[in-house]
Amino acid sequence: MPLLDVRDLRVEFPTRHGVLTALHDVSFSVDKGERLGIVGESGAGKSVAAFAILNLLSRPGRITGGRILFEDRDLATLSRADMRAIRGDRISMIFQDPMMTLNPVLTIGTQMVETLKAHRDISDAEARRIAIQRLGEVKIPSPEKRMASYPHELSGGMRQRVVIAIALLTEPALIIADEPTTALDVTIQAEIMSLMLDLCRTHGVGLILITHDLAVVSQVTQRVVVLYAGRVVESGQTARVVQNPVHPYTRGLLSALPGEGEPGARLNQIRGSMPPLTAIPPGCAFHPRCDYAEERCRVGVPPLDVIEDHNVRCTRARELIRGVAA
Amino acid sequence: MSGHTQTAAAPAASGTTAPAAVADRPLVEVDGLIKHFDLGGHFLQRERPTVKAINDVSLGIRRGEAFCLVGESGCGKSTLARIVMGLLDPTGGAIRFDGTRIDGLKHTARKPFHRRMQMIFQNPYASLNPRRTVQKTLEEPLRFHFPNLSDADVKTKVEQVMVSVGNDPSWGTRYPHEFSGGQRQRISIARALMVDPDFVVADEPISALDVSIQAQVLNVMMDTQEARDLTYLFITHDLSVVRHFGTRVGVMYLGTLCELADTATLFENPRHPYTRILLSAIPRISTEEMKPPGLPGEVPSAMNLPSGCVFHDRCPLANARCSAEVPRAQCQADGTLVACHAVEEGRG
Ligand SMILES: Nc1ncnc2c1ncn2[C@@H]1O[C@H](COP(=O)(O)OP(=O)(O)OP(=O)(O)O)[C@@H](O)[C@H]1O
Ligand SMILES: Nc1ncnc2c1ncn2[C@@H]1O[C@H](COP(=O)(O)OP(=O)(O)OP(=O)(O)O)[C@@H](O)[C@H]1O
Ligand code: SF4
Ligand SMILES: [Mg+2]
Ligand SMILES: [Mg+2]
Repeated sequence: MPLLDVRDLRVEFPTRHGVLTALHDVSFSVDKGERLGIVGESGAGKSVAAFAILNLLSRPGRITGGRILFEDRDLATLSRADMRAIRGDRISMIFQDPMMTLNPVLTIGTQMVETLKAHRDISDAEARRIAIQRLGEVKIPSPEKRMASYPHELSGGMRQRVVIAIALLTEPALIIADEPTTALDVTIQAEIMSLMLDLCRTHGVGLILITHDLAVVSQVTQRVVVLYAGRVVESGQTARVVQNPVHPYTRGLLSALPGEGEPGARLNQIRGSMPPLTAIPPGCAFHPRCDYAEERCRVGVPPLDVIEDHNVRCTRARELIRGVAA
Repeated sequence: MSGHTQTAAAPAASGTTAPAAVADRPLVEVDGLIKHFDLGGHFLQRERPTVKAINDVSLGIRRGEAFCLVGESGCGKSTLARIVMGLLDPTGGAIRFDGTRIDGLKHTARKPFHRRMQMIFQNPYASLNPRRTVQKTLEEPLRFHFPNLSDADVKTKVEQVMVSVGNDPSWGTRYPHEFSGGQRQRISIARALMVDPDFVVADEPISALDVSIQAQVLNVMMDTQEARDLTYLFITHDLSVVRHFGTRVGVMYLGTLCELADTATLFENPRHPYTRILLSAIPRISTEEMKPPGLPGEVPSAMNLPSGCVFHDRCPLANARCSAEVPRAQCQADGTLVACHAVEEGRG
């Protein structure tokens, strides 16, 4: 049984202009110690998925369908209090901005000790010992001394490492990281992502890595889910998806990356842009941008088909996979 | 590599520039540039804190090339661009445009250069006036620089430029918020091109955009470069974009230029230890797991620069000389400039 099993998750935002559906029947799972990537462009629903799992959806968002099974419980039906006990304990979250986690007026040490004591019945001294050990694991130099630092005394990369140390404090089963390195330089990104990879492996922690960067996903995760306009359009083994993408959107994303083609050549762009939730076209949401669109793509939403070891939501998936679509 | 670029680009050339045929001369010359920001501090304090943002940087941007500037956050890329554009005054050194010294020029004297040099910013939302229609935004620079143009001519020009960057001219009546990020950035590009500049500085023009949109904007930038023979200074932290788009690349670290090379040469044969580490950290589509880049410690503060080579306390090749003596940019056999003692001594 997977550690986390999200089935047919539906999230809606009732607004003045009607009900917006941010996630339609989204399904994915994470095994113990497995690393899953969720990719997609801005507004695709990546963060909404993360917040839904943690019951942190901002108002007026709500889960209107599906299940979120985690360690034998359906998180979608838990009370706020029960959810609070799981959040920050069995499941930790890392955000793009470390200051979403860190309190600017408390020292790193105070925050870490308080976090631990909120979830564990242990002494201050024991909490301190664990905190220092975690800071060491994320390669903070002289961790004892750093316990006395305030967040503003640290660089952005260092702060994000402290956030990872905090995420690991309670030895969670799952970490959800939403664009954890997007704001950082590539060298710091490589440092932090390789660190997270290592830690997930040594502690057997599952990871959901949310990012728009397919290259990062390819080098960090084992499986990947591609979201487009609130729906899973492709999912499968990361290596398979990046090497043999089937959905025209995934194909488009990968071939739009500079560095794939000849320097100076025109890049393969995807025309247009992702529609806002208020204007999702009927049929396949991608059809106005798709080079393979046919009449039938404009009518029904294609089902998520299991083809070989891929899941693909495309009317023409079978032709595309055989390379016969024009 | 021709001789003039060496003189224009090497720090040894500060002061006068060797006479050269104007056509051979780089369009933009940055010569011994220094920029310090004095932070408040108390007036009785003997030494006020100073951010040493740019420390003796020299480079030449050749006509028709896409010169890319890369390096970590805070290394001085935007500061250099803003000084070149005249939005900031340098603390020392000189900026020349088409042979004329332009740093410190005042309003009227600056106006012709103002037209020939345009800038595109990272955040297309913040750089477009939300209360102005796209038409008004595009007309403004044209009316400022060409006050004698008739309304009809202005209208035609706006249409022409919009079409040339792949925008629908009917967008004119709409406001910036009605457009997606990529469309807004294409409107910013159109605005920069309205006055037929020779030189366009683009500071992280695609960083805020999604991959599917980045390709659209980069294509527009490449097409217009070719059609108009533009020279670009392109600032980015995305090295795969540089590899695709750049003619030459300058790599900066903590306010200094470590390496300057043709793009292909830089990626095939990076020489400065920092460049090597930077290139190794680029994520790419691969089944190979991400590895730590082998860059110990943190970027030092620009308020308290390390002695000698600014990279020495993080560099795998540093020796005693590195912590004592500032390495100068040296021209290699293939024209690449590298500022590193280890490379000079053949230890690289
Ligand atoms: N509180 C809210 N009210 C209404 N709509 C919302 C709300 N929060 C999110 N949405 C909508 O849900 C959709 C998905 O948003 P989400 O934040 O998950 O995108 P994302 O994939 O994380 O994008 P990004 O890469 O920009 O972070 C968007 O269209 C967004 O406008
Ligand atoms: N107006 C200012 N006052 C004080 N310091 C400044 C000012 N502008 C820039 N700096 C400092 O100068 C240095 C160079 O900044 P700059 O913005 O040029 O870096 P950058 O390479 O463009 O970084 P990024 O990739 O984050 O945009 C930094 O240390 C920055 O904090
Ligand atoms: S000069 Fe020395 S410290 Fe600087 S990069 Fe070269 S080897 Fe490293
Ligand atoms: Mg998000
Ligand atoms: Mg900048």
